[in-house]
Amino acid sequence: MKIGILNIQGDVSEHFHMIQRLKGKYHVEPVNVKTLADLKDLSGLIIPGGESTVIYKILKKSGLYETIKEKAGSGMYIMGTCAGAILVSRDTGDKTVEGMDLIGITIKRNAYGRQIDSSIQTIDIKNTGKFEAVFIRAPRIESADGSTVLASMDGYPVMVREKNILAMTFHPELTGDERVHEYFISMIES
Amino acid sequence: MLDLKKMKFGDELLKRGFAKMTKGGVVMDVTNAEQAKIAEKAGAVSVMALERVPSDIRAQGGVARMSDPLKVKEILEAVSIPVMAKVRIGHLSEASILESLGVDMLDESEVLTPADPFYHINKKMYKVPVVCGARTFPEAVRRIFEGAAMIRTKGEAGTGNIIEAMRHIRAVTDGIYILNSLTSDELFNVAENISKSYVTLRNLTSEDLYGEEGKMPYNNVYYGMDFREISNEIFKVIKEIKHQKRLPLVNFAAGGIATPADAALMMKMGMDGVFVGSGIFKSENPQKMAEAIVDATENYEDYKLLADISSGLEGMHGLDISEIEKLQNR
Repeated sequence: MKIGILNIQGDVSEHFHMIQRLKGKYHVEPVNVKTLADLKDLSGLIIPGGESTVIYKILKKSGLYETIKEKAGSGMYIMGTCAGAILVSRDTGDKTVEGMDLIGITIKRNAYGRQIDSSIQTIDIKNTGKFEAVFIRAPRIESADGSTVLASMDGYPVMVREKNILAMTFHPELTGDERVHEYFISMIES
Repeated sequence: MLDLKKMKFGDELLKRGFAKMTKGGVVMDVTNAEQAKIAEKAGAVSVMALERVPSDIRAQGGVARMSDPLKVKEILEAVSIPVMAKVRIGHLSEASILESLGVDMLDESEVLTPADPFYHINKKMYKVPVVCGARTFPEAVRRIFEGAAMIRTKGEAGTGNIIEAMRHIRAVTDGIYILNSLTSDELFNVAENISKSYVTLRNLTSEDLYGEEGKMPYNNVYYGMDFREISNEIFKVIKEIKHQKRLPLVNFAAGGIATPADAALMMKMGMDGVFVGSGIFKSENPQKMAEAIVDATENYEDYKLLADISSGLEGMHGLDISEIEKLQNR
């Protein structure tokens, strides 16, 4: 099955390599997604980290925003990391980036502070275990109504799931630990 | 107890990670909050705070320093995207001041007047990531050894002329390519050659004291490291580059990008993104130029779109390289 990596801006190649590394273990193929045509036949789509305002602006211009929203509504699996989590959220409280309302979370951009406040934290992911989570100018999930919280830090959710949508505020693509990507693949397979 | 080795690795991961989040984006030079807002609205991935844009530094002369902290604070408050700021080469204190203001990344930049004639900042001492310019492969390797989290071409800032950025891309790329054909011994020789610039000061001292170079040991030549330690570290950097067949960190183009076509060319050459300085706020319509350069960086092979967004855009006037003093040689 094809897993798309939204190739607009941000750490696209890191996610691409993660899926490529998992090719032997699962029947997955990474695909770069830049245009509407690239969205065809995808089983899942990863929206990477980057600058959410930039990704949002370009998604809107190209029409990808509405199409991704539609496809997710009819069952396409989506994993959003950091900026990606902002883009799939219900409410950002920020007019420069409006979420697609694919998952019932309220999220606040850069709520942990600036780059100097970026950090690596050990979190506990449900059914996965301890995970070194890299937070870079991360957004904070302020509430997660109706979605399942898979991991939390300091009382705030950092990884949540609702049906076909998986969102996290850290960067599993930066550490070489494939378990979060494997979890996403298992979501699609079941 | 603190695990120092792990901490150091963690810092590097966070610094390089930040740089990775800017890939595919445009960093725009701004001198005040108003320009920063225009840049953010146009889709800049980050803004770069500096005192004057390069073409003004070139025209006005004088010493170019870090931006006034008051301006930096205004810019930090004006936008929600990351803010970078330029620091003079080797100016440890400007770097620390900018870090204390909350700037997300520092640019140790030849566009400003250098503060240290011998050494670049030891970038490992800072918690915020630092980007550095490089004209050649050895320069890029030295900056990586010193702890840069991101590399950019120097190009020739403030000229609106792309030739120097192209020269630097070609030079770095050729340096990486040639590593393929070198044996491990040859690689080590290259590492030693690249390390030689760290003993320039010691050679001068030796000449002052003994009338010739090399009479004094090369111990403690860069932040407590001796020549052997430096060349060993540089050897490791080179081996990593050979293995990855590219610089092991994010690599942007900078210096002379003045049109959407210039930005597209840089991306076509394999750059991860672009810095634009005078090209935006010295053009006829900064907002339109900024948006066009963002679109061009994203869609660098969509030539119909590039033709469309380039129509009626007036770029900055520009300078021929032979007529000017080169900032890149700083």
